[in-house]
Amino acid sequence: MSDETVSNEQKTAGNGYLVGSTLEKVLRAGHFAVTAELGPPQNADSAVIRKKAGLLKGYCDGVNLTDNQTAIVRMSSIGAGAIVVQEGLEPVIQMTCRDRNRLAIQSDLLGAYALGMRNLLCLSGDHQTFGNHPTAKNVFDMDSLQLVQMVTEMRDEAVFQCGDKFKGPEARFFVGAAAAPFADPVDFRPYRLAKKVKAGANFIQTQLVYDVPAFARYMEKVRELGLHEQTYILAGVGPLKSPGMARYMKNNVPGILVPDELIARMSAAGKPWAGKKKDELTREDRIARSKAWKAKGIQICIELIQQLRQIEGVSGVHIMAIEWEAAVKPIVEGAGLSPRPEVG
Amino acid sequence: MIVAEQKPLQEIKRLINEAENVLVVGCGTCVTVCFAGGAREAAIIASSLRMSTKLDGNGKNVSDVTVQRQCEWEYLDQIADQVAAADIVLSLGCGIGVQAIAEHFPATWVVPGLNTSFLGLPTEQGVWAERCAACGDCILGITGGICPIARCSKSLLNGPCGGSEAGHCEIDPDVDCAWQLIYNRLSSMGKLDVLLEIQPPKNWRTSRDGGPRKIVRQDLRLVAEED
Repeated sequence: MSDETVSNEQKTAGNGYLVGSTLEKVLRAGHFAVTAELGPPQNADSAVIRKKAGLLKGYCDGVNLTDNQTAIVRMSSIGAGAIVVQEGLEPVIQMTCRDRNRLAIQSDLLGAYALGMRNLLCLSGDHQTFGNHPTAKNVFDMDSLQLVQMVTEMRDEAVFQCGDKFKGPEARFFVGAAAAPFADPVDFRPYRLAKKVKAGANFIQTQLVYDVPAFARYMEKVRELGLHEQTYILAGVGPLKSPGMARYMKNNVPGILVPDELIARMSAAGKPWAGKKKDELTREDRIARSKAWKAKGIQICIELIQQLRQIEGVSGVHIMAIEWEAAVKPIVEGAGLSPRPEVG
Repeated sequence: MIVAEQKPLQEIKRLINEAENVLVVGCGTCVTVCFAGGAREAAIIASSLRMSTKLDGNGKNVSDVTVQRQCEWEYLDQIADQVAAADIVLSLGCGIGVQAIAEHFPATWVVPGLNTSFLGLPTEQGVWAERCAACGDCILGITGGICPIARCSKSLLNGPCGGSEAGHCEIDPDVDCAWQLIYNRLSSMGKLDVLLEIQPPKNWRTSRDGGPRKIVRQDLRLVAEED
């Protein structure tokens, strides 16, 4: 990213940074950034957040707090984010357009800023049909692109979406957006990323990448459009837990490509227990097999990070170890990304 | 057209349970062409209710009549006597028809026989699909004649989201991805540059969000407003 994008002092926090969050500083300094996902619990237990934060502390530059992910009610992203701040980590608040209109989004973000949150990921949100309240009414007053634009103007122009000026401090966020490089129509994806960058996205976290050559082709187009110089792109990675999970994602999750070769490697890790039915395996067998699969999943994830790091325009990785935050430490260490840089 | 479908017979029976004399009123317009509430369906429902209530040991007098349009007073005037003679009117019109009867005949209890579903069209014999959400501020001119408000599950103005796969929406393989359709159409017309523009947040005031809507055309009114 060129310095020109932040040279306008009107648009900075007065210290040369848009916001001055750790994530922004790490990226601006040219370090390969690491963010990790923390899924809030389906209850009101702050201890869960503290425990997961403890697993991630020191191994990432920002912690993504999901916002009712897969449309299942969970502790709010901002509530969980406040706990993460208390634990001394830096949250990346996820905000979807599914559950809130423009009034609610803006007021929640004022609160998030007041509580010390500085990074924001703007998403449209999984449709409520997938979750545990499929009879709910959705909102979608805005879409993710409009959300990026709104929070960027909130920071740079100190205005609300309606055009009213802030009276008092504005909410300043380092603004992120998602990208789905492999979703259809594939040819349009780099251009949709361009729209997000034009709307103001400072960083991008992509959908899970398992097919590096396909992602490299996407990045080629992204570089052709010059987008890697206008935003920081963090490639999404996630450790596979089992061959079943790999097959499920390949066949059932739109926009995720899992090469057969990776599925075969996962299966091979469980070879000592292959060909046996579930009831032929003892509990110990199942634990040992799961351990073998998970070790392979972590190893593959490390390899993916190393390959992605070689692609020009990739500024970091976003690790999505869903309900497996303990995997982040071995992945970051294994990929040679530990310790994380001190940026003050 | 307005597309509707019939409520289950059991639900209709519960709605008319208290009545002795039931008048089924069909509508000759939209719900006739979607085979939900025209003269034919009104006659079938009336006959089903006669038989079914008789079998229950609670036989009702059920007659039927169909008007050209339930949503216009002049057509409703034509059935005023039949409505007056009934204990209850079972309207096979859309939600507008049901309300028109309630409004026009204040002394009559009216219940719906249909669920009004959407504004759409028949895509093939026996299949209807939604096309318009009546948002009050048409954007079809920038989306290649395909409406993302009505047809994208998230009503995105800057789609497609990451849930578009092989032409369908992630919520259901039977639901087309509206943004894939928009993309294909703009692509085939050589107008993909339209998609590079960021569409601003929509003004939903013209939609239902702005409260109940009304159009007044002074040029068409017969009586000028006082003062």
